[in-house]
Amino acid sequence: MNPQSTLPPTPAALPPKTGDPSAPAGRGRKGPRSEVRLFAGLGHVALAVWAVIVIVPILWTFLAAFKNTSEIFSSPWTLPAELRWENFGRAWTKANVGRYFLNSVLVVSCSTFGTMLLGSMAAYVLARYKFWGNRAIYYLFVSGLAFPVFLALVPLFFVVKNLGLLDTHTGVVLVYIAYSLPFTVFFLAAFFKTLPSSVAEAGMIDGCGHTRLFFQVMMPMAKPGLISVAIFNIIGQWAQYQLPLVLLSNAKDKWVLTQGIADISVNAGYEADWSGLFAALTIAILPMIIVYAVFQRQIQAGLTSGAVK
Amino acid sequence: MRHGKYPFVIGFLFAPVALYVTFVIWPYAQAFQISMTNWRGLSAPQWVGFDNYRRLLDDGAFWKAVQHHGVLLLALPLITIAIALLFAFLLNVGGKSSGGQRQGVWGSKFYRVVFFFPQVLAVAIIAVLFQMVYRPNESGLINGVLMKFGMEPILFLVKPNLALWSIIAVLVWQAVGFYVVLFSAGMASIPGEIYEAAEMDGASKVTLFFRVTLPLLWDTLQVAWVYLGIAAFDAFAIVAVLSVDGGGPDGATTVLAMEIYRNAFVYSKYGYASAMGVALFFLTLTFAALTLRLSKRESVEY
Repeated sequence: MNPQSTLPPTPAALPPKTGDPSAPAGRGRKGPRSEVRLFAGLGHVALAVWAVIVIVPILWTFLAAFKNTSEIFSSPWTLPAELRWENFGRAWTKANVGRYFLNSVLVVSCSTFGTMLLGSMAAYVLARYKFWGNRAIYYLFVSGLAFPVFLALVPLFFVVKNLGLLDTHTGVVLVYIAYSLPFTVFFLAAFFKTLPSSVAEAGMIDGCGHTRLFFQVMMPMAKPGLISVAIFNIIGQWAQYQLPLVLLSNAKDKWVLTQGIADISVNAGYEADWSGLFAALTIAILPMIIVYAVFQRQIQAGLTSGAVK
Repeated sequence: MRHGKYPFVIGFLFAPVALYVTFVIWPYAQAFQISMTNWRGLSAPQWVGFDNYRRLLDDGAFWKAVQHHGVLLLALPLITIAIALLFAFLLNVGGKSSGGQRQGVWGSKFYRVVFFFPQVLAVAIIAVLFQMVYRPNESGLINGVLMKFGMEPILFLVKPNLALWSIIAVLVWQAVGFYVVLFSAGMASIPGEIYEAAEMDGASKVTLFFRVTLPLLWDTLQVAWVYLGIAAFDAFAIVAVLSVDGGGPDGATTVLAMEIYRNAFVYSKYGYASAMGVALFFLTLTFAALTLRLSKRESVEY
């Protein structure tokens, strides 16, 4: 028990001075209650306003995706007169959003798989095996967290070019994996360290090799950590803009979604196809809402995992 | 774990280390070297020593970018953390307490889900979205309303003194939800008895916030500041897509990443762009070191 709680209440809890000494003593009891109510009331307003600020631009985009250009200009705030699904067809095929979308899916699936495989292998060995140079390699990986990607942009472009990987998905995937390794190794190494060694030892006694031990015993045990990092990497790599911009600049058919949508927005003005742009935006946002709705808890945990170690 | 340890260790480390050294370490190391040359990509690079850095000092665009990083570095964390702290407090401690259990206001789960959502979207997509929101005529979300009421449209991205703040607003819009969740996690780990004791002493909600929540959340706040600071040093995607011709109008929103990209991939001044990269690196490093030093403070045990 806090010894202070036996002391008389601090001034903050005293009834507000109303300037009327004959005010009934009962008002003092009401003070904190009404304060709570006022606070909760104002808080509610603030929360609701922010929710509106978050939702309205997105909802407005979805609505505009069904309008035609004259409606977008004349009545930006009303419901579309009719559902013009052809806007989506135009965005998907003519503006190549379909291709960009599939490119993104392809690149991110490959790069996340590669990141998780290579990252967990490196993290596991660095966390659980003693060998000469272990710490040096670990710090080599972790130091990557401190460098801004923009420092390396020019040399990186030429490394990829000299390897003949410029304007290829292979190049982008390899670069994504390489730049995702610092965080992945850092996080997973800490995670593998916490796993009990008794299970690993039992496996070794049963004649399980190092490699099998990793894939069949340790990987399943590390599943929660692996899922967090995988979500972190999927969302990070899906959102990448600067690397594909540099590495895929001359191969428009290989572009990823972020790059493609940004490009459409530049051209929408010239072609005056605003509804197509809204439809393209909707195609980019809607799947994220669905994924988020399903995996909301895991995504929040995965993205904040970097901060709450 | 003796037999065959080394072949296994080498086998597992070879591919990740090779990939990492090729695409990360090697380019970083080269950046410092290229920054000392006048390389334009065609002929062999010529060593020019610190010439590029000397030219940086006279480059107006560079200083404008640095200045914008200064504004971002103060405004982005301050605004985001203030809003996120308030919301996290309301969602976790704002409601009435029943049976010693602290409760958030009604609907706090819904708010947390909605607020966090922008974090899932790519910044480039958000930038395109807000291009629509900010459009300067009746087709824009905000100006559409203003003009309905007969007001002059606000030129969010065109007015030089408004453009940077319009961009900061979008960054805040995206970031708040993440920090609400982060701070909520921190607040959840503060034991309820502390609040109870404070309330018995007659502490108001405001006192609770400043005297209990804030000090006990110090470590999380520090993490948030570092994260937002690092975001303030990047900001490439949002500036490249949202601002008028990449950092405009007339350099009013440019950032170092934008200048590096422009110098390297538009003007082919690879040496000069690398020097900017090195400058950015040292700025980031200084910021991180300063934050960690200045915010070092006894963390409260509970």
